[in-house]
Formats: sequence, structure tokens, C-alpha cells
Amino acid sequence: MRKFFRSRLFLVSLLLVVIAAFLPFELSAYVLGILTAGYYFGVFAMSWDLLFGFAGEVNFGPTFLIGLGAYTAAILDNQLNPPVLLCVAAGAVVAVLGGLLLAVPALRLSGPYFGLTTLVAVLLLQNAIVIFAHFTGGEIGMTVPDVLSIDAATNYWYALAFLVVSAIILYGLSRSAIGLILQASGQDAIEAQALGFNVTKHKLAAFCISAFFSGIAGALLIFYLGATSVDQVIDISIGVQIIISAVLGGRRTILGAVLGALFLICATEVLRPLGQLNTFVVSGVALAVILFFPDGLLGHVLHGRERE
Amino acid sequence: MLALQILIDGFAISSLYALGAMGFTLIFGVSGVLNLAHGGIMVVAALIGWLAAGDLGLGVFAGTAVGVLAGLVTAYVTYLLVVRPIQRSRAIPREESEIFILTGTLLWGIMIQVGMAYLFTDNPVTILPLIDGIVNIDGVRTPKNEIMIAVICWIVIGLLWFLVNRTPAGKRLLAASINPRGLTLLGTELSNIYLFVWGIYGALAGLAGVLLASFLGVGTQNVGQLTASAFSIVVVGGLGSVTGSLLAAYVVGYLETLTAYLIEPTLRPIPALLLLVIVVYIRPQGFFGRR
Repeated sequence: MRKFFRSRLFLVSLLLVVIAAFLPFELSAYVLGILTAGYYFGVFAMSWDLLFGFAGEVNFGPTFLIGLGAYTAAILDNQLNPPVLLCVAAGAVVAVLGGLLLAVPALRLSGPYFGLTTLVAVLLLQNAIVIFAHFTGGEIGMTVPDVLSIDAATNYWYALAFLVVSAIILYGLSRSAIGLILQASGQDAIEAQALGFNVTKHKLAAFCISAFFSGIAGALLIFYLGATSVDQVIDISIGVQIIISAVLGGRRTILGAVLGALFLICATEVLRPLGQLNTFVVSGVALAVILFFPDGLLGHVLHGRERE
Repeated sequence: MLALQILIDGFAISSLYALGAMGFTLIFGVSGVLNLAHGGIMVVAALIGWLAAGDLGLGVFAGTAVGVLAGLVTAYVTYLLVVRPIQRSRAIPREESEIFILTGTLLWGIMIQVGMAYLFTDNPVTILPLIDGIVNIDGVRTPKNEIMIAVICWIVIGLLWFLVNRTPAGKRLLAASINPRGLTLLGTELSNIYLFVWGIYGALAGLAGVLLASFLGVGTQNVGQLTASAFSIVVVGGLGSVTGSLLAAYVVGYLETLTAYLIEPTLRPIPALLLLVIVVYIRPQGFFGRR
């Protein structure tokens, strides 16, 4: 443990966090807004990486968990108007339940079959929201009466703090015994079982953790935006962006996912003048990374050193 | 009356679904690739076909041919630019290449969707019917075009069956799906077979795209939906099983038509999704799957 506190990775991360914490004194509210959304996105991508990179489960529907968290919080806030924290907690609980629901087929299916189920889960949730439009706002979406804060800097700090806490927990988890067992069961489930590890239990745990963070991040995001809609938290394109972020940053790195997410959000913002072609360029870049640098941005740095 | 209407409409749409899913299941069976750019390829074929038939003034039949050609070319581009480099990459571990192909083709599909929306239009386009006129089948007014589409689909499916089961090239395909290593040992170049099967796939997907544009209209918005429906049909039928896909296409097609007529048109895709979830839970290998 002491070795970790002296490692380069820890020092660089610490430096980055400190710099990030002082950014609100320098940057405009507009840039802060982009970064705030980017931080929540980073948590989405990290949760996805835990499932895919470590547990080896292709989850094409990260937005199923996020959407459950976001919509639960939004509906609760609209109907009963409890404190924001309670809404966020409720969102997390429902997302974990959703994660369990998704995990049940995961224990029976593998590879593309499971990926497909998650994709279908997103489509079903999307349809359900449109069908129960009087409750959920349908395709247009709904506003929430409460917001976290109206000050851009405060919102930014909330998001940063949440990102840092999640990153510490998820990264710590990935480096712990649990993370290693997950990685083993993702790469060769039979051998991991033969070694006496309960693969099922660990995968189930991974799902719950991933769902927990996705749900909280989803709920916080809508309280930051002050509104929720299918396009913002559930649409498949959002899920694709999360996957791109994690792969761009480097699978099995957790922290890389944050870099990937920030890169993606910033690239989208910089390329906005391209209009429609924006998505084309971003997807193209991601495809090129997958083809030429499958280890991603941070993968080279982290795994490269491990191999030596 | 209504029952007959459902029977006829359901048959036409199911035949189209079958045609679209057939190639999809074929490439999975032979090369183990799930191509998530499938909807993109169909839409390219439909849009190019529409352009050729309309603005370029080639007429409907030549336009259809151009559309199918466009589908073929896009399928080859997908294979050569996206799928093959991932399969051959040394940096990607073998057990992860499946996931990389899924992600890669998904990205490629999005690029096609956005690129086409930029070059053409977001709005759905409709190719003029292949033949005009309406026939009256026991009180149900049916466009001749709808019948024509079903007939074309079945002719092509028949040809495919003949190709796979009765010709030497088709038998090699079959062998590649059963035991690729054995086939290689017998002196057949596997990469040629892959090129061949991607060609068949492109032509099938292209034809399905063009016919769909002439039946219902197709736009770049449909890319995801088309991929998802092909995917669900193929999974319900059993990955890699052509017979299974055929059966599943009809089950899904009729399920959708029944929902649209009897319950509500907006709920159209939902029963098929639920069916998919149930099949995946209870019998993950599908109706006729091998695994």
C-alpha cells in the first residue's frame, strides 16, 4: 500500500485532481458545464470498464442502468418531492435491482448473447418510457423541480468530488483480490472455478457495483441538468459513447475510462462547428483507435509496465 | 377480412425480414462475425438505389440493381476495412476479437448512418413500386408490388438454398461453417471463402434494403432498428442456422403485424423484443441453434 502512494500513477492523479479542483477560478461557466457533464460521463465509463474489462461481460446497455437511476430519481422528485439525496439513493437502489435483473441472464449466457440481451434491455426501457408518457414525459422528457445548485462552480465541485470518490473505490476494487478474481473469471471462467473461486458470486457483485455507480451518476446528472430525457440518458448512442470512452482510454484500466470520457466530451465540443459530421469524425477516430491502438490511451502505459 | 389482411401483409414483411436476416446468419455461421453495421449496409443500398432510380433517371429496375451493387460494395468495405484488420491484428487477443468486431462494426454503422444523413437526407425515402396496380384477393386490396416483393424474396431464398446445398462453392461454405480447419487441410483457401460469403451477404442485404425502400420507405433513422431486428430474428432462430432464421423471420413478422393491426401501431416492435428476451432466457441457442 505504501508503495502505491509513492507510485507515479498516484502522484500524477493527485496532481491532476488538485489542478481540476482549482479550475473554477480560471475557467468560464460554459467550459465548467462541459467538464461537469464530462465527469459524470467518466463515472459511467468507469462502471462499464469494471464489467467489461474485468468481469469480461460485454454490456451494450450501460444506459439501461443509468436510465433506471435517472428516471427513478426524476419521477420520485416530481411525484413526491422528497429531498434530492433521497431521490439519488432511490435511483441507486433501482439501478442495482436492474443490474441484478441483467446479471441473471449473464450467468447463463456468454459473449454476444449476453451483449444482445443488454441491448434489448435498453430498447425495452426506451419503449416503456414512451408508452407511460403521462408518467415519464415520453419522448420529450421531463423537468425536475429540484437542482443540485444553480452555481456552475458548485456543480463542478460536486461532480469532481463524486468522480474522485468513485475512481478511488473502483480503482481500489480493481486492484484488490476481488478485481483479480474477476479478471481471472473474465478470461477463463472454468479455470477460475477450478481454482475454487465462486465466479457467479463475483460477477453478480461486479454487476451490483457497476449498477450502483451508474445509477448514482445518472441521478446526479439529471439533478445537474434539471431535466431528463431519453436522448440524454438512455438512447443507444449514449451507450455507444460510453463504450467508446472506455475503449479509447484503455480497457482494464478504470482510470483510462475517465480520460477517454473527457477526451470524447471535449472532442465533441471542439468539433461542434462541423455540425452533422461531428459524430462521424468522433466515431471514425474511435474506430481508428480500436484498429491501430487496441490498448487505448492508458492501456499502453499501465499494461506495458506490467509486462516488463 | 382483417385476418386475411394480416396474413397477406405479414407474409410480405416477413419475407423481407427473412431476406435481410439470411445473409446476417450466413456470415456468422461461416466466419463467426456478428455485423452490427448490417442496418447501415441496407440503408446505403436503399439510398443509392433511390438516387439511381429517381434523380439519375435509370428507372426502377436499373436503380434496384445499382442499389444491390452499392450494398455489395459496402459489405466488402466493411469486411476489408473493419472486420479483417481486427481479426488479423496481433495486438488484440483472440478471445477478445469478437467484442472488438462488435464494437468496430457498431462504430462503422454509426459512421455510415451519419455520413448518409449528411450526403442525402434524414427523411425516409421511398423507391417507386417495381410494378403498379392492385389486385383484389377475396376482398383485400393488395398492391401488386407487395406480392412481387414476396415472390422476389422467395426466389432469392430458393437460389441461396440451391447455392449452398447443391453447388461445389456452396458445399465449401457449409464445410467452412462446420470445420474450418478441416477445410484448410483439404487445400481450400479460407480467406477466399470469407470473401465469397461477404459478397453473398452484401448482395442479400442490399436487395433487402432496396425492396424495403420500395415497400415501406427507408431512412437513415432506421439503421439501428434494422440491425436490431435482423439481430433478434437471427438469435431467435438460432445463430448460424438458415432454417431457424427463416422460421424466426415469420414469427417476428407476424407478431409485429398482429400487434400493429390488433393492438396499436406504435407498439409494433415490443412483442418481438419480449419474445427475444424470453427465448434468450429459456433457450439461448434459439430454435435451431447449434450451441
